[in-house]
Amino acid sequence: MDVPLAAEECEAITRAFSGLGGLGVDEEALVSALGKWRHQPEKRAQLRKSFAGFFTADGGFERFEDDYIHYLKIEFARFKNIMVLWAMHPWERDARWANDVLHKAHPFDIIVEIACTRSSEELLGARIAYHALFHRSLEEDVAYHVRENFSNLLVGLVSAYRYEGDSINEEMAKSEAKTLGTAIKSAGVRNLVENGEVIRILTTRSKPHLRVTFKYYREMYGKSIEEDLGDELCLQETVQCLDSPPKYFSKVMDETLKDGADKNTKDALTRVIVSRADVDMEEIKAAYHEQYGAQLEDVIAMKTLGNYRDALLSLVGQ
Amino acid sequence: MSTLSIPVSVPSPYDDSEQLRKAFEGWGTNEGLIIAILAHRSAAQRRQIRDAYAQAYGEDILKALEKELTRHFEKAVLLWMLDPPERDAVLANEALKKWSSGNRALIEISVTRTSDEMFAVRRAYHARFKRSLEEDVAVHTSGDFRKLLVPLVSSYRYEGLEVNASLAKSEAKMLHEKINDKDYGNEEIIRILTTRSKAQLLATFNDYNNEFGHPINKDLKADPKDDFLFALRSIIRCIICPEKYFEKVIRLAINKMGTDEYALTRVITTRAEVNMKQIKEIYYKRNSVPLERAIKKDTTGDYEDFLLALIGEDA
Repeated sequence: MDVPLAAEECEAITRAFSGLGGLGVDEEALVSALGKWRHQPEKRAQLRKSFAGFFTADGGFERFEDDYIHYLKIEFARFKNIMVLWAMHPWERDARWANDVLHKAHPFDIIVEIACTRSSEELLGARIAYHALFHRSLEEDVAYHVRENFSNLLVGLVSAYRYEGDSINEEMAKSEAKTLGTAIKSAGVRNLVENGEVIRILTTRSKPHLRVTFKYYREMYGKSIEEDLGDELCLQETVQCLDSPPKYFSKVMDETLKDGADKNTKDALTRVIVSRADVDMEEIKAAYHEQYGAQLEDVIAMKTLGNYRDALLSLVGQ
Repeated sequence: MSTLSIPVSVPSPYDDSEQLRKAFEGWGTNEGLIIAILAHRSAAQRRQIRDAYAQAYGEDILKALEKELTRHFEKAVLLWMLDPPERDAVLANEALKKWSSGNRALIEISVTRTSDEMFAVRRAYHARFKRSLEEDVAVHTSGDFRKLLVPLVSSYRYEGLEVNASLAKSEAKMLHEKINDKDYGNEEIIRILTTRSKAQLLATFNDYNNEFGHPINKDLKADPKDDFLFALRSIIRCIICPEKYFEKVIRLAINKMGTDEYALTRVITTRAEVNMKQIKEIYYKRNSVPLERAIKKDTTGDYEDFLLALIGEDA
């Protein structure tokens, strides 16, 4: 629904992003603008285009000037990054997160998340942005920086351009469920992440096909493939992300909102909410409620503070 | 550069369609007319003809061509009529259906197209075959070939000219080390060849040559019958100089006992509008015989006429 911004909301946004700083920004108005612009990525695109001095058009998307980001982060310190991430083009966001992970040795689950929960075109977009921002390809950096045994899996995941149609070959899905089952039973789970067939199936098949495959797996083996992947976190996360992003993200939300979560885990709160607000926030809230018996908004309201909290809640929606 | 010769004033797509329709009508087919039109239209113009024909006669012109033409001529014209990304998708799919480890059509397509062109191919593959290119490559190949080809068709290489000199040096060293150990399917070799930008790889190969005194391909000839080594060498040659690579494919296709029409058709239809001119120049230098003459000697009939038209002979 296209609710027009009130005058003070418009002004707040213009001031906030004009780089004029120090003139004071109406944070409440900013937060309510966030809420009004939910599910309207074209409004944010317009914002980027209207601040041509701070965003450059670069191969199909408007990217942040580096100094501008730096400045805005300071300006919006109380928002802990949300404003910057919110205004950013999704492709640039994903490319920056991926690059951060690869160069600062954060846990690689973010790479799996990006590769598996974005659509084929969104993932391509992230790769386009990665070229523009970092002058290398995403896959070359993943291949070079990830030296663990799940390197090939990750390279395959970020390079995929999965078919997105519904046509599924049921026989193939059944047979691949069996292939996965056999691989899991025979190999030690530790070696599974290097198994050629496992990698092939998980990194090349379409998502609809995989969901049917996982369904057959459960029928054949009595347990979900997730459970059977037990300790192999990378594979388990891959399967979760491919099978049901809302379920996966609700788990991430649970982790991030626990007491004693470390910084990386806490960062997930901003990341997930900003990246999913326009995509499947409703489904995530529903999954969270089903899994944990609480309303996501309530838990966020309890665990966070100030403008940051208000911005989050605005994006999560009531 | 293209070798197509397109008339200064081109008839409207409807007029062309009408002429082509006449060429199909009645007994027999007027192949000469088909060549006179289709071999002298650009990709954009051919697309317009395809649309106009469908509108005017309610049928895809490709179906009509399939009915009327035969054998190598038919195959060449059908490939020629497709949009380049769809053509590449069809060629890739064919290569997979009759996959053999000596087949390098996939390598050729993946490495000589630009990153964006390659994505257009992948998109066309989705549309036409309802599966992704990489999933089909993975299913039809195995072992080291799969490890090499899936990343190869999935790559989206950075296309800038920046080169990291010290990286080129260290990766040249790494390549040399693995090649020396005869560990050709090694992950480092595959990583470097399938993910680095072309500019970076050129620097790496140059470094290899400077450091070890000879080109990297020389060290990949240990076993002339080894198809995997052949694949690696093909990747490298496509990166270093695609035109030289294509010349060699044509030369071998022609010199072979009987001719390898599949390869000849593939190269000529895919390169006629791209860099056929340079390929012809290299062919002449290497063989002392113009490509036209070699094709005349080695092919016949409408197929021959069509190929000659595409490479600009009757200009």
